[in-house]
Amino acid sequence: MSRTFLGMPATAPRGVGHLRGDEPFPAAARRALADPQLRRNLGHATTTIRARSGAVIRELPDWEQLRAAGSAIKADVLARLPELLEQLEAAVTAAGGTVHWAADAVEANRIVTDLVAATGSDRVMKVKSMATQEIGLNEALAAAGITAVETDLAELIVQLGEDRPSHILVPAIHRNRAEIREIFLRAMPGVDPALTDEPAALAAAARRYLRQTFLTTPVAVSGANFAVAETGTIAVVESEGNGRMCLTLPETLITVMGVEKVVPTWRDLEVFLQLLPRASTGERMNPYTSMWTGVTPGDGPRAFHLVLLDNGRSAVLADRVGRQALHCIRCSACLNVCPVYERTGGHAYGSVYPGPIGAVLSPQLTGVEDNASLPYASSLCGACYDACPVKINIPELLVHLRAAHVAARRRPTAESVAMAAAAYAMDHPAWYAAVQRAARLTRLAGRRGRGLPPPLSGWTIGRDLPEPPAQSFRDWWARR
Amino acid sequence: MSSRDLVLGRLRAALGPDPAAPADVPRDYRPAGGPADVDLLARRLTDYRATVHRCADGEVARVVDEVLGGRRVVVPPGLPRRWLPGTVEAVTDDRLGSARLAAVDGVVTAAAVAVAETGTIVLDGAPDQGRRIITLLPDVHVCVLRADQVVAGLPDAVARLDPRRPLTWISGPSATSDIELDRVEGVHGPRHLHVVILPPGPPS
Amino acid sequence: MRVALMVTCLADTLFPAAATATVRLLERLGHEVVFPAKQTCCGQMHVNTGYLADALPLVRRHVRTFDPYDVVVAPSGSCVGSVRHQHAMVARRAGDERLASRAESVARRTHELSEFLVDVLGVTDVGAYYPHRVTYHPTCHSLRMLRVGDRPLRLLRQVRGLDLVELPQAEQCCGFGGTFAVKNADTSTAMLADKLRHVLATGAEVCTAGDSSCLMHIGGGLSRLRAGVRTVHLAEILAATEETGAAADPTRTAARA
Repeated sequence: MSRTFLGMPATAPRGVGHLRGDEPFPAAARRALADPQLRRNLGHATTTIRARSGAVIRELPDWEQLRAAGSAIKADVLARLPELLEQLEAAVTAAGGTVHWAADAVEANRIVTDLVAATGSDRVMKVKSMATQEIGLNEALAAAGITAVETDLAELIVQLGEDRPSHILVPAIHRNRAEIREIFLRAMPGVDPALTDEPAALAAAARRYLRQTFLTTPVAVSGANFAVAETGTIAVVESEGNGRMCLTLPETLITVMGVEKVVPTWRDLEVFLQLLPRASTGERMNPYTSMWTGVTPGDGPRAFHLVLLDNGRSAVLADRVGRQALHCIRCSACLNVCPVYERTGGHAYGSVYPGPIGAVLSPQLTGVEDNASLPYASSLCGACYDACPVKINIPELLVHLRAAHVAARRRPTAESVAMAAAAYAMDHPAWYAAVQRAARLTRLAGRRGRGLPPPLSGWTIGRDLPEPPAQSFRDWWARR
Repeated sequence: MSSRDLVLGRLRAALGPDPAAPADVPRDYRPAGGPADVDLLARRLTDYRATVHRCADGEVARVVDEVLGGRRVVVPPGLPRRWLPGTVEAVTDDRLGSARLAAVDGVVTAAAVAVAETGTIVLDGAPDQGRRIITLLPDVHVCVLRADQVVAGLPDAVARLDPRRPLTWISGPSATSDIELDRVEGVHGPRHLHVVILPPGPPS
Repeated sequence: MRVALMVTCLADTLFPAAATATVRLLERLGHEVVFPAKQTCCGQMHVNTGYLADALPLVRRHVRTFDPYDVVVAPSGSCVGSVRHQHAMVARRAGDERLASRAESVARRTHELSEFLVDVLGVTDVGAYYPHRVTYHPTCHSLRMLRVGDRPLRLLRQVRGLDLVELPQAEQCCGFGGTFAVKNADTSTAMLADKLRHVLATGAEVCTAGDSSCLMHIGGGLSRLRAGVRTVHLAEILAATEETGAAADPTRTAARA
């Protein structure tokens, strides 16, 4: 399909935001794998969180029932997304909020920039939000002369370190306490030079540093974990209190949310508030959850804007198999259990959405050709599917996207020729048996595969090939 | 074409002319109505580094004195004055500015609901709980609740709360898991949370 | 019981000992084993690499080959996983609903070896003797696609002479993943290195599993390290007795005969 019609599902535009990496996954992964400190930091952090999450999940006798309910609610949301968004818009508007619609990152950035500029402030404070990272909002604000201050501790670490986020929940997971201390000493204005690397001391330093920002910044930008269509209620789940600061202190609050974050009813939160904290931070409940509906006179912001973002989500929705990636509640459980993520970290995925969910979400948001290596960045071990609190079948989606990628290729490749040849042989048993016998001749080479041509040479960087047997099973069977 | 029409049009096109029927949601997880275990609430609160006090209504002032005696506190306009000892300098929140609020040492409030299973208290902005900001800027939060406000689990709390009110769910003091994915207490919100649990009784 | 052996292309070609052991084991337990000779490959590699169109004739061949049998057994969690979770999907995507429903019917009659022994035959003591220190790696597809759970361990615990030692972080993937090991060779090798470290930490002489593919991967790594630890398919351990000894492998002895 070469033409795009208005009103047809569209992928996220190129040239804006952070959904595409600069290089294919295997190349980026190779660099990450060569960093032993990164491997240690990731291994330590993911092992810690797996144990904590597992313990609080086992406390619930009805975890599987909650997963089933969460999955079904999300499927229901997708099946009637347009009407739920209209309902949400009406409820937010009735409660004194203003709803904006953004077809893509460019439009969302423009809407937010204009809203901030209208307040007259040249500074905006932000609660951690995947949607605003996805669209590259901070860069767009900077281009308009507006400074965005990240207030989440991990985001602050990333921002001060001039780094990139590498995890959905804990963007600085690739940094250990000693590295965080160094970043603070180098880049945090007014920091105490006697700062230690005790986590409590590092947290206290962030508290002191951001306090004035919270008290004096008149506008904040947040994301949303959930938005309730029937009531217009928005929920933000957090730990540190920076979210509460941003959601209650400023005069103007702007919330940017992907359209799939809507849930039908207030009651649905009883499911997701049990699933999300246990799957993400491994807590029974996160320290703070804020919920608000429009504007409350005398309490909190006087102006509330809700920006509903498409940016490729309509294209994901158009794929009946692929759309389950939109169930994601950004808990990052799939990252924490993924053996690939644990070794490569998040940067290797290129997109702001790393790990298994990123490997199935990013290529769908951008079109698979723009993130073609990601669906292959998995051994299909299935740990992500078991961990997902809303039961996204990530291995199924990975295979689905690999098929989409193969189907979209126009010219044959060495791989496609080999696959076709193998399929031909395997559909012709006599030819298959002859190939088996020929393969055994490699015994004569006697080098167990060392010196194979690429891509097969990848195998022999760390393993020997098996010695072929004297006869195949079918030969043995025929002669027994 | 407006962006609203564009986005909604795209989503409708994505679903196609024959969208899947809305899915039935199986809700066979534990429903509301389980027994509210106040001891469990106390354990869960303690587990996440909140301090729990259990006493009679008449002893609240003594607890507040222990925690905040000699210091300045802000209180919401509807807070029962009998809960405040003479040893604290109490300022009633009358839309105080954030700088004033940031300068006080503590805050005393009531609560709307508490969830035993998760160790969570919920504030809903009622007159005895006040504006959201007053429980955010001071470093010490003393929250007084009656045992009959304690519910078993999340479904009970959701059923009791009114989503049209601004709600703040609090589970322990401010914390973060951002350093090596382990939890440490004390970032931007109150670093000290004291929960005073009273026997069941009529609303104060 | 008459059992059709689904040998898997990998065992047929490279690891016939796993397949001959399956035959000996089932015959020793009093069952008739047949080998439908028109079988080749379940097509999993094609499906998992995205070549669904190429996989279609293989699915069709598999269904045609095994449809006549009431019971199909394979010494592979991964290939049984493909039969159960992929064949009907491949058929449906090609618009062949009839093939899909036949594939589902074959899938219902297809069992991984440890499932077949424990669930269908109801045995955990198969009369095996294997006097070695052994650690068991639960392969991802047997663990998470088939949910074989502790069935292999229950079988191993009944083997006389066998010293079963627990593998640390057993449920972590070994890094094989079919073409993943080639396309993402560096990441795969890093995963394998950790698996090897855990295997070596057990002090076992033998690492076993229910899939020749993962064993090929782990065994290739152990061979490169010259670690002296062997990989042996679960079927070979369960087929071993005092009479046969542990090394009975007719496909290797045949070369000498």
